[in-house]
Amino acid sequence: MATQEHAIRPGLATMPRPEVVVRGSDERPRGWLSWLSTTDHKRIGIMYLFATFIFFLLGGVEALLMRLQLAQAGNTLIDGQTYNGLVSMHGTTMIFLFIVPVLAGFGNYLVPLMVGARDMAFPRLNALSFWLLLFGGIAFYVSLFFEPPSAGWTSYAPLSDDAYLPDGGIDAWIFLIHLTGLSSIIGAFNFVATIQNMRAKGMGWGRMPIFVWSILIYSYLLILALPAIAAAVTMLLTDRHFGTAFFQTTGGGDPLLWQHLFWFFGHPEVYIMILPAFGMISEILPVFARKPIFGYQALVAAIAAIAFLGMLVWAHHMFTTPTATVVLVFFMISSFAIAVPTGIKIFNWIATLWRGSILFKTPLYFAAGFIGLFLIGGISGVILAIFPVDWQMQDSYFVVAHIHYVLFGGSVFGIFAGLYYWFPKMSGRMLSEGLGKVSFWTMFVGFNLTFLVQHSLGMSGMPRRVYDYPDNVGWEGLNLASTIGSFLLGIGVLITIVNVIISIKAGRRAGNDPWKGNTLEWFVSSPPPENNFDVVPRVRSLEPMKDIRREVQRGTGDPAGTVAQPVA
Amino acid sequence: MLLGTLAMVVAVLICAPAAWADVLSPENAAPPADQIDNLYWITLAIAAVIFVGVEGLLIWSLVKYRFRRGAPEPAQIRGNAPLELGWTVGAALILVVLTVVTFVYLGDIKNPPASGPGGLQAAGGVEFASIGQPEPPAGAPLEIGVNGQQYLWRYDYPNFGDQRVFSYYEMVVPVDTTVTLDITSQDVNHSWWIPELGGKADAIPGHTNQTWFKIPEEGVYEGACAELCGENHADMRARVRAVSVADYEAWVEGQAAAITESQEQLAIARREREQAAAE
Repeated sequence: MATQEHAIRPGLATMPRPEVVVRGSDERPRGWLSWLSTTDHKRIGIMYLFATFIFFLLGGVEALLMRLQLAQAGNTLIDGQTYNGLVSMHGTTMIFLFIVPVLAGFGNYLVPLMVGARDMAFPRLNALSFWLLLFGGIAFYVSLFFEPPSAGWTSYAPLSDDAYLPDGGIDAWIFLIHLTGLSSIIGAFNFVATIQNMRAKGMGWGRMPIFVWSILIYSYLLILALPAIAAAVTMLLTDRHFGTAFFQTTGGGDPLLWQHLFWFFGHPEVYIMILPAFGMISEILPVFARKPIFGYQALVAAIAAIAFLGMLVWAHHMFTTPTATVVLVFFMISSFAIAVPTGIKIFNWIATLWRGSILFKTPLYFAAGFIGLFLIGGISGVILAIFPVDWQMQDSYFVVAHIHYVLFGGSVFGIFAGLYYWFPKMSGRMLSEGLGKVSFWTMFVGFNLTFLVQHSLGMSGMPRRVYDYPDNVGWEGLNLASTIGSFLLGIGVLITIVNVIISIKAGRRAGNDPWKGNTLEWFVSSPPPENNFDVVPRVRSLEPMKDIRREVQRGTGDPAGTVAQPVA
Repeated sequence: MLLGTLAMVVAVLICAPAAWADVLSPENAAPPADQIDNLYWITLAIAAVIFVGVEGLLIWSLVKYRFRRGAPEPAQIRGNAPLELGWTVGAALILVVLTVVTFVYLGDIKNPPASGPGGLQAAGGVEFASIGQPEPPAGAPLEIGVNGQQYLWRYDYPNFGDQRVFSYYEMVVPVDTTVTLDITSQDVNHSWWIPELGGKADAIPGHTNQTWFKIPEEGVYEGACAELCGENHADMRARVRAVSVADYEAWVEGQAAAITESQEQLAIARREREQAAAE
């Protein structure tokens, strides 16, 4: 039996705050077994976040080991084979076990709350998604105990064929792709079903939060892109073990086929990793600027346009392969085209800040850092799209710098903004602002020191994925700077982890709506009750919480009565 | 700590003059690398304007509109269609400009020119299947086959008389001569890259990729395999040594003689082995 309480906290007399506390009275299940068997989207979301942050730390340690090896020329800390293993583990971990699933974790936690649903459409499938992901990660990481994969996260054939890498590492990688791919596809269908069918009364497409839009489009991209990689790795598996020759010239196959199939998935994957971060930024900026989001429709249209164009640019990863010039021109222009909707987003975000009254809380720091850094990644992306210039940049440290500006400066800063923004909702406690800001500045300086100099290294001729480099070409200084920066970046990440560990027990209590948010997750208690909403408010605009606050401020009677209309 | 880090970076940069020399752009010493460099600089100039403009706007908005007591109420603006249309069209126009500039430079980057007067005359070699790199207008180029293999590059030159001429790791070419490369691989994917001479061309089994360069002055140009090819990928380096035409011709003759001799040595060694086995 659920009870409903409402109270207006005295606080500032002029600004009454809505505290519509709705929570279930039933005792929550406790103990580790309840986590194993849960189908609650919030607990699954938290498990996603926890597991993916563990993988993030593993991938980070791998990156630091590589930077340690490259700190000086002729270093003998790590040999070539081990280095290739680290390259492959780092890339695969960060992409398949951190960024894509951590976004699914945020989506899991937030989408039902934001659309006013009591759970995902298919709660058990939701649990299956998580467990497939976890076991995919474990199956991949046990390869450490025999022979880790060493053909990069791209596993280009023929290097990944059994003739060159007969050990099981590549097979572990294939297994990971299948398990995490299945996890993502099931999760994607679940998101689509939830978002399309379970929105609160009054939440038409035009009133849906941009984060929910971004998760919807992320889901469609996963559904479209993942089958290509599933097919490709299955072909690789049969090439390796059952005598086929899809990617081997000796049997009439073609190594270029692998690149086409891989990047047909791989480029949409980049947008899969950035679109939900765009969504988070679009939720966070208006709250801290105390302004509505600027150009809602344009922002949503831009996400859709980026997703569509993102399916048409895959061969810009293949500009140096033997390919006809007319094809290169097509992929150059389609890649340019993506810069237009991306530019729209950046301008709309800045316009959201413009003439606002900006509160400098940690989520805003990370969100602003996101815009500044992602812009650099976007600009270097346009430079790389010019295929004759790409002939110099391709497979060099310039590309390493570019991908990290997009995926770390972009996605990861977005994820940290989201963590600081939604942690109070998930835990009921605020993260420390002081530690948060120290963490931001350490990460920001460390990140730029690590990756800005890598543009230069790449243009000076340093290829990526090398475990050593000559000592007579002047690369040692920049490499050392990059290594120092990477450790600074690592310290910055650790400060946030310490912040989470301290705040989860000792943080200031958050209350329902610490930031004066716009979206429905701030309507429920922090952390939310298991059934989310006893009463789902009717949505009358893009910012339902703003309406609710206004009505509470205006009305004198029963806040729940004025704002919430029972739907069931 | 912040200042300390910055000071350290500056110190590190000052101690690395070679990196300083070309810190902002790709290497270039010969066509087509110089044309790529020109195209890059135009792009970078446009990029720099956009970078400074947008980051400036971002920082200005953050500073100017930070929360202060007594500051104006935040403007409740939800959008501005003409403004949004404006920056959409503006962004598109910049990209049209970039496309046009790319096409202007593309010909000089993609198409090999004729060899110069000081270059090797009437060079020529085996015809390879072409993927669209046109022949230079006059004067056949020097065609060299490049074969990537774990973890070496092999170069096949035009025959000297009947003798095949090849070398590993170091490619020797004459100056002022257009050299076209037909690049393939016999095992896994590799990528040919001498940064000072031009862009990359992937070496992929079953395919022939093409690129070219024309070196004006004698010198040695270093490069590396740019596609992960296995355990010793970092050790798979390459070198191009440009010499005068006379030196090149002498080198070819010497290399042909050395190869002939080593092949004769093979025959002698075989006979000796067989004799030893017979005794």
